[in-house]
Amino acid sequence: MWSNISKYVTDSQVWKSIIRHGYPDTRRNRVLIILSNVFLHLHPTKVPSHSLKLSYTWCMGGLTFFLFLVETLTGVLLMFYYRPVGEYAYNDILALREHVPLGIMRELHRWAAHAMVITVWLHMLRVFLTGSYKPPREFNWGIGVVLLTLTLLLSFTGYLLPWDQLAIWAITVGSNMARATPFVGHEGPGSKLLNPGLFGMEDVPLIHATDDARFVLLGGPFVGEATLLRFYVLHCVFIPLAAATLMAAHFWRVRKDGGISAPTDEFSKPL
Amino acid sequence: MTEQNQPSKPATTLTPGESPVVATAPAPKVDAEAPSRRGFFKWLVGAWAAFLAGVGMMKILTVRFLYPNVLFIPPTSVKVGLPEEFQVGLVDVRFKDKFGFWIVRNEEGFYALSTVCTHLGCQPNWLEAEQKYKCPCHGSGFYVTGVNFEGPAPRPLERYRIVLAEDGQILVDKSKKFQHELGQWSDPEAFLRV
Ligand code: HEM
Ligand code: FES
Repeated sequence: MWSNISKYVTDSQVWKSIIRHGYPDTRRNRVLIILSNVFLHLHPTKVPSHSLKLSYTWCMGGLTFFLFLVETLTGVLLMFYYRPVGEYAYNDILALREHVPLGIMRELHRWAAHAMVITVWLHMLRVFLTGSYKPPREFNWGIGVVLLTLTLLLSFTGYLLPWDQLAIWAITVGSNMARATPFVGHEGPGSKLLNPGLFGMEDVPLIHATDDARFVLLGGPFVGEATLLRFYVLHCVFIPLAAATLMAAHFWRVRKDGGISAPTDEFSKPL
Repeated sequence: MTEQNQPSKPATTLTPGESPVVATAPAPKVDAEAPSRRGFFKWLVGAWAAFLAGVGMMKILTVRFLYPNVLFIPPTSVKVGLPEEFQVGLVDVRFKDKFGFWIVRNEEGFYALSTVCTHLGCQPNWLEAEQKYKCPCHGSGFYVTGVNFEGPAPRPLERYRIVLAEDGQILVDKSKKFQHELGQWSDPEAFLRV
């Protein structure tokens, strides 16, 4: 009876319109499953057994990706309650604890964020220790460096959103670094060189506190409401989109570079 | 579907032995109005130049968009009141949160001290009992004059321009600052004598 039902299901038009391959009981079908799915096709169709060993990858790349998904999901839920306006932000954060059942969504988001920063570093460490940055994987190391930066920036921009004293002064201290950006930070090396001295404005510097790199970041000369909004948009839209795009490229490159690296003698061993 | 839309059939089919009929195609008409190859490339270069110029303009616009024309921040130049409203020996903290400076009055006159810690930019608090500015972030301490004496701050707090306005009020102008380590505190506008 069971086989009748399953045959009825798999012969139906709905099933066939979605799934175009048989059960994964042959090598060909296993490959087809990966190839015919837009998400799975980023992944290599064949995986050598050593790359599944926890002792080789520590699963740190995979865990980082998992944590990114957790952040995306919990973050979207938090957005239902949080308003990035000076008047509301702090109280909305408190409300996320008191006004919703369980009140742990914020905690999940925060802990997963901390964990992601840790796992991304460990992933980089393992890639380094296994020498996986070597040809042909140099470019993927490069993508990885950008992903690391984006992960840290997600952390940094998210830090401001609770809009309490800790947040404001932490971002003040953190963003003060941007003052020292070469050329485009108003206290940075070379910023004085960018003074064209045109139109009789010799003593009006081109790069100053209200037009330098820090200003773009904060939307003002100091951390204020404009900063809150800017960081919110960066945190919830821009950086996640950029990171997700680069992650797709990262996984695709792993596939194109022949799966993850291997000690040479183990490379061709099938699963 | 009409007859005309059918793909055209080969015009001739040869049967073996038959000599092929070679139709001489009419010489292509040279239309003086038709674009020449060179003209087309000129047009192409022009189009690309226009496109790239447009993209360049968009880029400038995008960067410029990040710098608003209007900032909703407190004015950088503030009248704080008449000199006799300030008590000798006191640090006035009323302007700290909104405008970011303390007014200090001593026997000789006034100075306006920036509330930006010279370590990493937090805001110290004036501790009246201990007669010092103390930064909550990493513990830097400053004397009432603004000179640093403890913690990681590498240099004294900055002072702002302080003068008398025409109406007799004290005017603090944050657009001009004076740094002790550069010897600028001796500038007449860094200290208002009374
Ligand atoms: C958001 C951050 C990141 C995610 C989600 C991510 C994800 C992954 C995943 C799932 C893999 C497959 C192998 C494994 O799990 O170890 C991988 C491989 C790799 N990653 Fe990342 N990664 C990230 C950041 C980085 C960083 C910071 C670097 C280095 C700068 C890096 C460089 C590489 C390289 C070179 C490989 C190929 C490793 C090999 O062939 O053995 N990735 N990444
Ligand atoms: S910012 Fe004041 S002590 Fe570090």
